[in-house]
Amino acid sequence: MCGIVGLFLKDKSLEPRLGDMLTDMLITMTDRGPDSAGIAIYSEEKSGKTKLTVQSDTPEASYDGLQGALSKALACEVSIEIESTHAVLEIPLGVTARCRAVLAEIAPEVRLMSRGDRLEIYKEVGLPRDVAARFKVEKMSGSHGIGHTRMATESAVTTMGAHPFNTGDDQCLVHNGSLSNHNSLRRKLRREGIHIETENDTEVGAAYLTWQMQNGATLGEALQSSLDDLDGFFTFVVGTKDGFGVVRDPIACKPAVMAETDQYVAFGSEYRALVNLPGIEDARVWEPEPATVYFWNHTSDETTSEKAA
Amino acid sequence: MQNVDLQEIGLRDLNAMLHEQSSDTNQTAWEIDNPKGAHAIACGLDAPIEVTVKGSTGYYCAGMNKQATVNIKGSAGPGVAENMMSGKVVIEGDASQYAGATGHGGLLVIKGNASSRCGISMKGINIVVHGNIGHMSAFMAQSGNLVVCGDAGDALGDSCYEARLFVRGEVKSLGADCEKKEMRPEHIEILTELLAEAGCDANPEEFTRYGSARNLYNFDVDNAAAY
Repeated sequence: MCGIVGLFLKDKSLEPRLGDMLTDMLITMTDRGPDSAGIAIYSEEKSGKTKLTVQSDTPEASYDGLQGALSKALACEVSIEIESTHAVLEIPLGVTARCRAVLAEIAPEVRLMSRGDRLEIYKEVGLPRDVAARFKVEKMSGSHGIGHTRMATESAVTTMGAHPFNTGDDQCLVHNGSLSNHNSLRRKLRREGIHIETENDTEVGAAYLTWQMQNGATLGEALQSSLDDLDGFFTFVVGTKDGFGVVRDPIACKPAVMAETDQYVAFGSEYRALVNLPGIEDARVWEPEPATVYFWNHTSDETTSEKAA
Repeated sequence: MQNVDLQEIGLRDLNAMLHEQSSDTNQTAWEIDNPKGAHAIACGLDAPIEVTVKGSTGYYCAGMNKQATVNIKGSAGPGVAENMMSGKVVIEGDASQYAGATGHGGLLVIKGNASSRCGISMKGINIVVHGNIGHMSAFMAQSGNLVVCGDAGDALGDSCYEARLFVRGEVKSLGADCEKKEMRPEHIEILTELLAEAGCDANPEEFTRYGSARNLYNFDVDNAAAY
């Protein structure tokens, strides 16, 4: 199964409540998957800065002195904000790759959850309620976000196997379903130089989109070509720095409901996830069509395009 | 009129109360507030009662229904009226995938659109959809009638048996062994009755009938290599 929720805000006044609304939606989806939970939040961008969200199973030991060691090694200002097992490292633009290399050397047990100017990903093994409370997700603000609760099928129940997956700057993806050609595609993408961390099928889906976009595709085009190149069942929800997209495979057996008002676009695996959103009674509620790419961003209107199944 | 708030009473108690109704019950009209997309609302009913759900429902609403009338004043999640035996289920909004799946009898009316696999493996149920239906609808449909006032998606009636499929609009594609059939007077008669019962004013003359070409009924030795 797995449960997915997503929220893309059009009304800026709702931004302080993004984490709160997403948490409520995700907790409602708990019985679709009890293994692990995760939330991706797109918060405000700081000029000249970018960030890495990292995780450690031994946070006290890993994060003690990490800020100083990183600042020194990178010869620039690094700030750190620790929340339970996760920490957000704020670094100057342009040093992300060096920072990852240094981290791998001085703190190899620290794992990267996400990188990007706006994206932060928090994910752990456990129920949505516990994971959200652990990271105080309900207090987070942002313009859009995605949540996932997992019932594992294709790989182990670990933090690294939890969704959302991030494989490119400010890109993330969650998945309900299972991909059947992920092994061959993983080998192909690795040959193309794409970094894939786990044996998880969804990470291959995320990496595939990143690879397409590195080769010049827009997110919409990348999603479109995923319909040809990915084999298996999927409902994907993806996030980019300023956008939010949805695509379902042509068979479309994995459920999906969407709602749109003047204030937001929302996604849920089930309608239950949407019932507490403001103005849901008058929202346009619909089921996304199979093999159709839906995409919203903050700079243009909704775009959809259909591909023959 | 019995009025029940689902959020207060909870699903099990609600369904238990509905199951307690016998065929001579005096409590024949029920209203359910705050369904909030919950699963399995009004499932397994077996009494001539009328239940009105005031909002949208989740999975399997009105499943296995016998005798009862269930009105959904919103949209229905996957598997609405699945395996219905008799009675009537009316959805004001849209229905998600496999609406009316495996239904043996009764009437399912969907006033909006139905998504994929509507009427899959239907076994005698009548389904009237005022809008469109999605792909793989009436897959392996055995008997009963599926009436679609709008368009049908890909692979309509794939591997169907003796169900009658009536579509007024376009059919994106027909499934294996499903073909266009002649509309005879008896079909117009069936259709007229079903449309009236479903509160639909569409003209029966505008529909096309589809059904089984009956080529898959028996093993054909020329296909042996395909197995």
